[in-house]
Amino acid sequence: MTTTQHNAGGSAGGSSFLARLGNLDRRWIFLAMGLSIAVPTLLKLRFPEYPSPMSKATFDAVESIPEGAPVLLSFDYDPASAAELQPMARALVHHCASRHQKLVFMALWPLGKQQADKTIETVLKPFHPEYKEGVDYVQLGYQSGNEGVIKLMATNIPAQYPTDASGAALKDLPLVAGMRDLSSFKLIASISAGYPGAKEWVQYANGPMPDAFKVVGGSTGVQVSQLLPYYPHQMEGMLVAVKGAAEYEMLVEAKYPIAQPEVIGQGRVRMGPQLVAHLLMIGLIVLGNIAMVAGRSRGGAR
Amino acid sequence: MLQRTIPIAILCLSGVIMIVAYFVSFAVSWSETVNVWFNILSAVAFVLGAGNLLAVNLEKISSRRPGWAYAAITLVSFFFMLVVGLLKLGAVPDPKNPLIHFAGDYETSASPYGWMYEYVFSPLTSTMFGLLAFYVASAAFRAFRAKNVESILLLGTAFIILIAQTAAGMFLTGWIPQDSVFAVLRFDSLKVGITEHIQTAGMRAITIGIALGVAATSLRLILGIDKSYLSKN
Repeated sequence: MTTTQHNAGGSAGGSSFLARLGNLDRRWIFLAMGLSIAVPTLLKLRFPEYPSPMSKATFDAVESIPEGAPVLLSFDYDPASAAELQPMARALVHHCASRHQKLVFMALWPLGKQQADKTIETVLKPFHPEYKEGVDYVQLGYQSGNEGVIKLMATNIPAQYPTDASGAALKDLPLVAGMRDLSSFKLIASISAGYPGAKEWVQYANGPMPDAFKVVGGSTGVQVSQLLPYYPHQMEGMLVAVKGAAEYEMLVEAKYPIAQPEVIGQGRVRMGPQLVAHLLMIGLIVLGNIAMVAGRSRGGAR
Repeated sequence: MLQRTIPIAILCLSGVIMIVAYFVSFAVSWSETVNVWFNILSAVAFVLGAGNLLAVNLEKISSRRPGWAYAAITLVSFFFMLVVGLLKLGAVPDPKNPLIHFAGDYETSASPYGWMYEYVFSPLTSTMFGLLAFYVASAAFRAFRAKNVESILLLGTAFIILIAQTAAGMFLTGWIPQDSVFAVLRFDSLKVGITEHIQTAGMRAITIGIALGVAATSLRLILGIDKSYLSKN
């Protein structure tokens, strides 16, 4: 075999290997993805985060309302999206409670109430024991009606929620007894995974009374494009996915340290696996394209 | 005739009240009544949904269609949670009213309903969501190919967002001073440029288009021109 023939054979072999990569068994990809998430999680890899303008705006929106003013927190998601949204919910509640805001929890999703309960149990009760139910915070729970709930609350909260989630009449709860409509709040925060959620809060609450309160939102990555048109005017701040949560956690923890940082550090913990998984995705896409080019050149050579 | 006239009349009246209430304050209480009706009807939809779930899955089981065992599991789970939840079985007694069974807390994980939610439903739904990562990776490897200009643009945008959404973005380009002319090349700046300018402009156009479509469709419904929501029977 001449040198030229040998080189040509070697090149064809390499090209053949690359072309065969295009038919890589997907189980290898699943394994790689599993490892890229498991290893950083087990090693607790953490990377520095730099707050984006949207996360800063959310932090500033909470900071700009008077201390002790009422805040409405709407938990518009369920356990499927909790991995992405629960970290920002925790940080938001800790932020508000550190400023002694009066907190009213509610949900537009049937299982949002349970997510709010979890946040109360993991953040509010252990780290802000001064908060008394009915006086400093109220859990209104879930009501069916989607945006209809927001529309009715915009003009008449007691008509939509005659009682809180435990069945106590609103008129017997000092925090909400005098509240007539949504203008009683200084800030509305919707953490949402889709419909109904932050978009509906902007359309049906902020729309009719744009100057009465501020609206901020937290959203999953896939939903953010629907919310972008409302930022920064109708929606003053927005936390986008786990990265938004991680950035917001940093801002909150810097100003309002918490006894157990891991409680509001879940977003940053999840950024390690996200980094490795994203790099793997890029690598896979590049590999797939190389395989495509190699396959074409082989086809052309024939 | 009444089957069609009455629903159209209800829709027309409700729609007009909601529009008038937006501009005239005395009609606000009427719109609140309409909203209360709407929210009650939404709750009734849950019952209809449950009925539909039953009908679809029972039919699947009785005809032994492929996957009928899953339908059986669905129904067993549905009835288990329904009975345990409605009857508050195993609810933790309320300290203020220990003798009143229905005053107990059934949502805590110490009760069967809460336990099922916390340790079965919640992990299962999270797992379903988590599985997406594996399928997205596999699909990206096979389908995300730079075949033409459009796909190259899409690929480039995806790379920028994927990198900018992690610490890698700052690691790679964070050294470029923010006040320099090259700051636009930073991954965080590129992401802001893509999301807040290009993507937002496109979404605003789509949103405005949808809003105009909704307004037109609503008018057609209120005026009784569009009757497609009514049963053909």
